[in-house]
Amino acid sequence: MKGLLIISGLGILAMLAEIFKFKKLLFPMVLLGIVAAYAFNFMEWKTGMSIPYFDNMIGFDKLGLAFSGIILATAFFWFILANDYFEEDTNLVDHFALVLFALVGALMLTSFKNMTTLFLGVEIMSIPLYVLAASKKKDIKSNEAGFKYLIMGSFASGFLLFGIALIYGATGSFDLMQIRAFISENAATLPLFFYVGVVFMLIAMLFKVSAAPFHFWAPDVYQGSPTLITALMSTVVKTAAFAAFLRLFMVGFAEVSSTWTGILAGVVALSLVIANFSAAMQSNVKRMLAYSSISHAAFMLMVILANVRSNLSVNALIYYSLAYSLGSIAAFGVLYNVTKKGNENLDAFNGLAKRNPSLALCMAIAMLSLAGIPITSGFFAKYFVFTAMIGTQYKWLLIVAVLTSAVGVYYYLKVVIAMYFKKQETEEPIQIEKSNILVIVLTTAATIAIGVVPGIVAEMFKF
Amino acid sequence: MLTALLILFPLLAGLLVFFVKGNAARNLALGSSIIEFGIALGAFILFKHNPNAALLNFDHAWVQSLGIHFSVGIDGMALLMILLTTFLVPLIILSSFKNEYSNSNNFYGLILLMQMALVGVFTANDGFLFYVFWELALIPIYFICLLWGGENRGQITFKFFVYTLLGSLFMLVGLIYLYNHTNVDGLKSWNVQDLYAAGRSLTEVQQSAVFWMIFIAFAIKMPVFPLHTWQPDTYVTAPTQGTMLLSGIMLKMGTFGVIKWLLPVVPLGLEKWGGTAIGLSVVGLVYASIIAISQKDFKRLIAYSSIAHVGLISAGILSANQQGVQGAIMQMLAHGVNVVGLFFIADILFRHTGTREMDKLGGIRGMNGNFAVLFLIVLLGSVALPLTNGFVGEFLLINGVYQYSATIAAIAGLTVILGAVYMLRAYQKIMLGERNDSNVAFGSLAGTDKLVLGIICVAVVAFGVYPKPLNDIAEEAVKTIMLNLK
Repeated sequence: MKGLLIISGLGILAMLAEIFKFKKLLFPMVLLGIVAAYAFNFMEWKTGMSIPYFDNMIGFDKLGLAFSGIILATAFFWFILANDYFEEDTNLVDHFALVLFALVGALMLTSFKNMTTLFLGVEIMSIPLYVLAASKKKDIKSNEAGFKYLIMGSFASGFLLFGIALIYGATGSFDLMQIRAFISENAATLPLFFYVGVVFMLIAMLFKVSAAPFHFWAPDVYQGSPTLITALMSTVVKTAAFAAFLRLFMVGFAEVSSTWTGILAGVVALSLVIANFSAAMQSNVKRMLAYSSISHAAFMLMVILANVRSNLSVNALIYYSLAYSLGSIAAFGVLYNVTKKGNENLDAFNGLAKRNPSLALCMAIAMLSLAGIPITSGFFAKYFVFTAMIGTQYKWLLIVAVLTSAVGVYYYLKVVIAMYFKKQETEEPIQIEKSNILVIVLTTAATIAIGVVPGIVAEMFKF
Repeated sequence: MLTALLILFPLLAGLLVFFVKGNAARNLALGSSIIEFGIALGAFILFKHNPNAALLNFDHAWVQSLGIHFSVGIDGMALLMILLTTFLVPLIILSSFKNEYSNSNNFYGLILLMQMALVGVFTANDGFLFYVFWELALIPIYFICLLWGGENRGQITFKFFVYTLLGSLFMLVGLIYLYNHTNVDGLKSWNVQDLYAAGRSLTEVQQSAVFWMIFIAFAIKMPVFPLHTWQPDTYVTAPTQGTMLLSGIMLKMGTFGVIKWLLPVVPLGLEKWGGTAIGLSVVGLVYASIIAISQKDFKRLIAYSSIAHVGLISAGILSANQQGVQGAIMQMLAHGVNVVGLFFIADILFRHTGTREMDKLGGIRGMNGNFAVLFLIVLLGSVALPLTNGFVGEFLLINGVYQYSATIAAIAGLTVILGAVYMLRAYQKIMLGERNDSNVAFGSLAGTDKLVLGIICVAVVAFGVYPKPLNDIAEEAVKTIMLNLK
């Protein structure tokens, strides 16, 4: 909770920076603030007590704190990466504030206890992102991204709100635990519109995590937005959305799982197939990563689908989020530096191994991790998903997952082949800031580290 | 402990080699691979004294809550495979001394990492660990082929990577399925014996599904018809040392996997589908032999001959009797040595003449008699002449397959005849007859070339005349495996 307050405070501070002229101090303050928030987060985790706040609207239990930890760590890396992004931009403080508020929304999503907090979290996180997506004001693609994101996002919010209202109508409560209790007491007499409400909320959440067939916004938004904002969307936002998804469906609607697991299985299969085959056909790397993120979303959804309310699936999702966030930060970090000239196509990577070997190595490891090759963390992430799924009735999804994973390897390797095999067009080495190198190397190292010792993350939860 | 050292040492040496420049890298790689062979010999002596020595096993929890252990150990079969690996890697490194590779430190580093993964595959006693090493072995070889391969390597290595990875993922699902059925005091376990028990507790339908899931991965690696299409292109495109690693050692991962991770796991599945798998192996054997006869490129011919050989090995293993499996192990050793020799000969030919097309070669015997003799010895080993190393394995294999079915054995026996046909024809075209191209002047071999070929020829003859030490170990190992099959 203290972490959430600190980040909110930072957001307000960022807006004041313009007026009181301490813009230069803002960047170190934000980094310090995130570290402090992380420290408080960790301390709360250590005490292990879940204190409800605001009449049980929000409460940081271990699950929420774990996801908050991942989000804060990713945000920390992201800010260092974005260092020069903030410098070159004139509206420095606005962007700081927007990102920080998106972060506030993300943290709320990890630990909501009430449907209203869920909705608030979704909105607080999404609205700054609509603006940020369109923040390259003179670029038509960026405008398109922001606009599309706004329309689609609002649409999803509508569904979410409608779903919440229907469920409130059926159960008479916004509180997640009370809804859960009501469901188990009146399982036989739930009205039809309750189930409609559940499906509406499912659709809204699927929109937010960009699972097929609700994914159409994602490729355009990812491609059009400034690269770093795309990185933010595919890491922090995704993790938060999944934390919310997990809590909503595995805690709130676990008792009526037969309503939504069937739909979810179809969505997962569709996402896997559409995302991987579309990604394989892209030449724009950002767009490819957008599709890849849909495929990863499908994998994370499989954990929720497995619906084993045990430490196994919770750990699986936490591990997956962390592994995916680390790999993505590294990949986007490299992408950001390689595509500074404006060419976002695959051939921008040609001969990177000669132009900057260490950058190429990091990118190769990130790609192998996203493809799920041992001993990177991406492999363990996939492994945990498989383990969670194999005990369920949806074993056929595993076959789909395996086949599409092979397609996945195809497009991740395309980047590796471009870097190591294709001839470069220019000899000129890539200029890269020290802080960026630091982030890329650290996240890559972490990718391997939690792949070698997965226990430190995967054994976090012992119920 | 010793086993862990066998894995750890090439890893550390490999990482070190990445940071060494120039010729020092290859010398360091060669030195460390020879030391590794020394350690393996130490393990061999220890094993001879006491096969159950505690030093040979190592177990440390990796992810405790999921039952994943870093558990490695050496039994008879693992020992033979390790001896093969550690014997071949120094030769492979030595064989590269006359090739100029850019960034050679990375090249040698990757070879050593590959060795680490291979030893890991052969010693893993934990299903999960086995899978991790299995996949790890793929990455160095992929980069070796991608960075130092020949024409079109981007596409070809890519096909290779995706093909094998797809198979591996199926295996992973199969293994997880088994893992999910393990029960050791209420907990799940990845231990190999627990997986065996879990596999046997399944119904016939379940076992059949697991059989195909796992077999597909091994079949792609070996490769068994019709999953072989990646192999000839990859073998031809890869740099010689990469081809040697692929055919000499990596291929054995597949056959080894069938013996240790498939046969004892799903006996009912094997009973139901083993015949089909043997059929595929034998079809592949005949098919590859016939294609080999029509090849013009010598390296490609060896690639197809390798499919033929491995088809027989696979048939022998799947017939699941003492002779078949024992023959398979012996043949894996012999084939590993011989095929490395043959690919090296192809490399020497290419370096001296600039071509691998057999029609453009000829009359080399007249120019270099030593080379002709060495080539002939390796070739005779490959066609399994008595008193060469290939004979023991092939004899046992056909014997084993015969016990399974006389008809299949008769067809499989064709491999001996067809093998002799394409190999001797190749020899005739390359070494005998008139000089085809007057420009070709085949000088004497370089020192390292002679050394490598010499060592291989000694091995071919020595283990043909006196196979007992290896055969004894193989026999004992297979007896234990047969106990597991009952």
